[in-house]
Amino acid sequence: MNLKILYFASLRESIGLSQEEIQSSAQTVGEVRNELLAKGGRYLCLQRDQAVRMALNHVMVNEDAAIQAPAELAFFPPVTGG
Amino acid sequence: MSVRVVIQTQDFDVSHELALMRKSDLRVGAICSFVGTVRDTRMLSGQDTDQVMSMALEHYPGMTESSIEAMIDEAHQRFDFFQARVIHRVGALKPTDQIVLVAVTSAHRGESFKACEFLMDYLKTHAPFWKKEETPAGSKWVDARSSDDAAMLRWGIEARNADQ
Repeated sequence: MNLKILYFASLRESIGLSQEEIQSSAQTVGEVRNELLAKGGRYLCLQRDQAVRMALNHVMVNEDAAIQAPAELAFFPPVTGG
Repeated sequence: MSVRVVIQTQDFDVSHELALMRKSDLRVGAICSFVGTVRDTRMLSGQDTDQVMSMALEHYPGMTESSIEAMIDEAHQRFDFFQARVIHRVGALKPTDQIVLVAVTSAHRGESFKACEFLMDYLKTHAPFWKKEETPAGSKWVDARSSDDAAMLRWGIEARNADQ
């Protein structure tokens, strides 16, 4: 399936992209993260020893969340607004 | 109903906003508002501070609005208030600038005080904004604070925003 992936703040800077479309066979958000990690290089900022938060279709989720196209999945660091 | 959540680059006029909320509803007997502003210092480890020359605020368009709307809905489940309004600025800001307004109207003060603090605690730990501060040593993304998660827990909601 085709997925829209977004990156924000420090992760956007590390990966060098604010968004991209990927082809994915993942069933869950965690599996998408694995697919991105497998690219290595700049994507290693998504490693699990890093504080990374995920939102699926604008709602915060954990890695167990099931994913179905069409979907928008965002990766970002802890939030610091207000 | 008027718009509850606004994300904008420009400044806002608190008196104007509160007057609109007050004059549009004859039941209002209390308005509680909170304004967050840009400090000129950043806490480092221990007692040290660093000068903040400017700040850049980024957000996730779409999710920002929907997440704050959901927070206001949740606040209505918990507190007896009439209207809540949240204005949050994004883009380039400098010390003394206003960042955020949370304003709540109610019949008596207690409910608007509580709802205002609840919304602010919720926003700090769940709304997708990120601050980057410009200091003499360079720019740095602001770290999330565990004290904000602790503030959220007082409302019975476990926040893990600052967890590693």
